[in-house]
Amino acid sequence: MKWDEFFVTGDPMIYGADVSIVLTMVGILFYLTKYKKWKWLWDEWLTTVDHKKLGIMYIVSAVLMLFRGGVDALLMRTQLAVPEAKFLDSQHYNEIFTTHGTIMIIFMAMPFLIGLINVVVPLQIGARDVAYPYLNAVSFWTFFIGAMLFNISFVIGGSPSAGWTSYMPLASNELSPGPGQNYYLLGLQIAGIGTLLTGINFLVTILKMRAPGMTLFRMPMFTWSSLVTMVIIIFAFPILTVALALMTFDRLFGSHFFTLQGAGMDMLWANLFWLWGHPEVYIVILPAFGMFSEIISTFSRKTLFGYKAMIWSMLLIAGYSFLVWVHHFFTMGSGALVNSVFSITTMAIGIPTGVKIFNWLFTMYRGKIQFTTPMLWSLGFIVNFVIGGVTGVMLAMAAADYQYHNTYFLVSHFHYVLIAGTVFACFAGLIYWYPKMFGYKLNERIGKWVFWVFTIGFNVCFFPQYFLGLDGMPRRVYTYSEESGWGPLNMVSTIGGFMMGIAFLILVYNMYYSFRYAKRETTGDAWDGRTLEWSTPTAMPPFYNFAKIPEVTGLDHFWRQKQAGKVEKLKAEDIKPIHMPSNSGVPFIMASFFFVAGFGMVFDWMWMAIAGMIGVFATLIYRSFEYNDGYYVSVEEVIETEKISK
Amino acid sequence: MASKTAANEHHGFPWKHLIGFVLSIVLTLFALWIALETDLSMTWILIIIFGFAFLQAALQLLMFMHVTENSTKSNLTSRVQIGNILFAAFVAIVIVIGSVWVMTAGHAKHDKNQHAPKTENHENHGGGSEHDSGEHGSHE
Repeated sequence: MKWDEFFVTGDPMIYGADVSIVLTMVGILFYLTKYKKWKWLWDEWLTTVDHKKLGIMYIVSAVLMLFRGGVDALLMRTQLAVPEAKFLDSQHYNEIFTTHGTIMIIFMAMPFLIGLINVVVPLQIGARDVAYPYLNAVSFWTFFIGAMLFNISFVIGGSPSAGWTSYMPLASNELSPGPGQNYYLLGLQIAGIGTLLTGINFLVTILKMRAPGMTLFRMPMFTWSSLVTMVIIIFAFPILTVALALMTFDRLFGSHFFTLQGAGMDMLWANLFWLWGHPEVYIVILPAFGMFSEIISTFSRKTLFGYKAMIWSMLLIAGYSFLVWVHHFFTMGSGALVNSVFSITTMAIGIPTGVKIFNWLFTMYRGKIQFTTPMLWSLGFIVNFVIGGVTGVMLAMAAADYQYHNTYFLVSHFHYVLIAGTVFACFAGLIYWYPKMFGYKLNERIGKWVFWVFTIGFNVCFFPQYFLGLDGMPRRVYTYSEESGWGPLNMVSTIGGFMMGIAFLILVYNMYYSFRYAKRETTGDAWDGRTLEWSTPTAMPPFYNFAKIPEVTGLDHFWRQKQAGKVEKLKAEDIKPIHMPSNSGVPFIMASFFFVAGFGMVFDWMWMAIAGMIGVFATLIYRSFEYNDGYYVSVEEVIETEKISK
Repeated sequence: MASKTAANEHHGFPWKHLIGFVLSIVLTLFALWIALETDLSMTWILIIIFGFAFLQAALQLLMFMHVTENSTKSNLTSRVQIGNILFAAFVAIVIVIGSVWVMTAGHAKHDKNQHAPKTENHENHGGGSEHDSGEHGSHE
C-alpha cells in the first residue's frame, strides 16, 4: 500500500478535517505541557477507577461523538436539500450515512446512557463504587479506543460505506474493497468488549451492592431499568461479537460464512445482525424510560404511578425484545407464516410500552408539576415518542411494510423513537444530574431555548420525511430528480436539521455559560429529589460517595425522610475506615494495545495485529498476578473531607 | 472491593480451570478433525459436532461458571440465578431454532432453486428447506 492510499486524499473537506485534527492535537499537547497538566491527567482521569469520573468521561466522549454524528447528518441534509445537488458524490454520501448511523447508535447513544448509569446507579443504590471498579475502567477504555479506531477511518484508509447494518454481500471484499469495512468490524468488536463487561459489572453491582434495606422492589426506577438493560446486554451482545467475528473471518481469512460463493448464506448476516440489533434498540431505550420515570416523579412531586406495573412491563419488553427481530427484514422473503408471527410479536411489544406511557401520565395527574428543563424534555418525549410508536405499529404489519420498507417513512419512524426517546433522555438526564457531576446546574433559561429550538427543529426535520416516504422516496439515496417532486419537503427537512444543529450549539454554550456564571450548589439536593443520590451532604459526592452507608426503609426513602423531618446528620462516631479500590493504569494500556491490534487487522498487517494481541495478553497476565486489594480511607480523612466540604 | 472476598475463596492450584480449559481445546480440535478429516456423511458430522457443542457448554458451566455453587446467604441470589439460567436457555433456543426457521422458511428455498446445479451448496441447507417447501410453494 502506498502512502497516498493510506491517507484519504482528494476531497477538500477531508483536508480541512486533517488540518483541524492536527491543530486540535497540537493545541491539546501544548495546553497539557504549558500548564503542567500531564500528571493531573494521568492520576485523576487516565488511571481512575471511580465510577463518577468514568461516567463523566463516557458522557464527554458521547457528546463529542454526537457532534461528529451530527455533522455527518447535516452534510447529508445539505446534499439532499435540493434535487440533483453536487455537494457530495455517491461514495462520499454512502460513507457518511454509514458512519452517522454507526456512531450515533454505538458511540453516542450507548456511551451517553452508560455514562449516566455509571454516575447515578451506584449512588442510587447507596454503594461506594461498582462491584468491579477495575473492570469498569477496562470497559470505558475499550469503548473509547473502539470509537477512536472507527473515527480515524475517514482520514486514514477510508470510511466504511455499507450502511450501519453492513449487509452482505455489499459488505464483502468484492463489493466493499479496502480497509473501510474492516474499521467497522474491528471498531465495533473492541467497543463491544467494553459494553459486555459493563453489562456484567452493573448486573452484579445492582444485585450485590445495594444498601441494607433496599430490596429489589425498593429500587429507584432508573436502577431497575439499568438492571433490565444489563440483562439484555449480556444476552444480546455475544450475538454481535460472533457475527462480527464471522464477517471478519470472511473478509480477512477467506472463509465463507456470509459470502455468495462457497455455500455462504448472505442473509444469515442480516438475521444475526438483527438478533442483536433489536435487543440493542431496547438497550438504548430502557435506560431512557428509567430516567423519564425519575424526572417525572421528581417534578410532579409524586411517587411514580404503577411502580410494579412499570417493572413487569420492562421485564416483558426484555423478553419480547428477543422475539421481534425479523420485522427488520420482512421483505427478505421468508414466507407468510414467519412474517405473520413476527408481525404479531412486534405489535405485542407495543402493549407494555403503552402501559409505561399511561403510568407517566397518571404520575403527573394531580401532581404539582414544575416545568424545569428536564421536565420539559420528558413531556416532549411523551408526545413525540408516541408519534414514533404509532408509526412503528404501522411498520409492524408485514403486508403494509412492503410499502414502507426502505423508504423515508422508516427513517422518520426510527428517528422519532431514537431521538425523542434516547436523545431527549440523554439531554434530560444530563441536565437533571448535572449538579451531581459538576456541582452547579445548567442555566434554566438557556436550557429552555435549547429545548424549544431542538424540539421544533426535530419535528420540522423529520415530520416531512413521513410524507416523503409515503411518496416513495427511498432511504440511502444520495440525490433525486427534480420531477420526483420531493424537493420542497426535503428543503423543509434540511431547515429542521440545521435548527437541531443550532440547538446543540446553544447547549454547548450553556455548558460554558453555566461553568462561568452558575450559582454553585451548597447542598446535595439540587432539585428536591426523592432518591439516595440526592442525600449526599455535598453537591458533588466525595470519591467514596457515602461516609456512612444509608439504611433504606422503602421506596423514595430520602423523600419520605425529608417529609418526616428525619434526615440523618452524620456523626463522627458513625464513621469507620472506608475500603476503596486503587487506581490503575493497566486498563488504559490494555486498550492501547487493542488499538494496535485492531489497526493491524484493519490493514491486514498481521505482524502488527499479533504484536498488539501479545500486548493485550501481557496486560491480562500482569493483572492476574497483581495482588492489590485496594486501600482504606482513614476515619480522620473522612471526617476532614466531610467537614471541609460542609 | 470484591477482590478481598474472591482472594479468600480460592486456595491452591486451579486444577478445575486447567482441566476445563484443556478439555475445551481437545473437544474443539476433535470436532474440527471430524468435520475436515473423516468421510462421515453430513448428517453424522452434524450430529457429532452438535453433541460436542453441548458437552462443551456443560463443561464450561461446571468448570468455570460456578453452576453448582448455591448461595447460603439469601434465597434471592439463587432465585436470580435460576431466572438467569432459564432466560439464557430461552434466548439460546430462540437464536438457534429461530434462525433455522427464518432462514429455511422461504429464503433458502429460493436459494436452492436458483443454484440447483451446485450440488455442494444444497447439501448444506437440505433438511430444513425440503420440510418447508410444501407450505411455501402454494403461496407462490
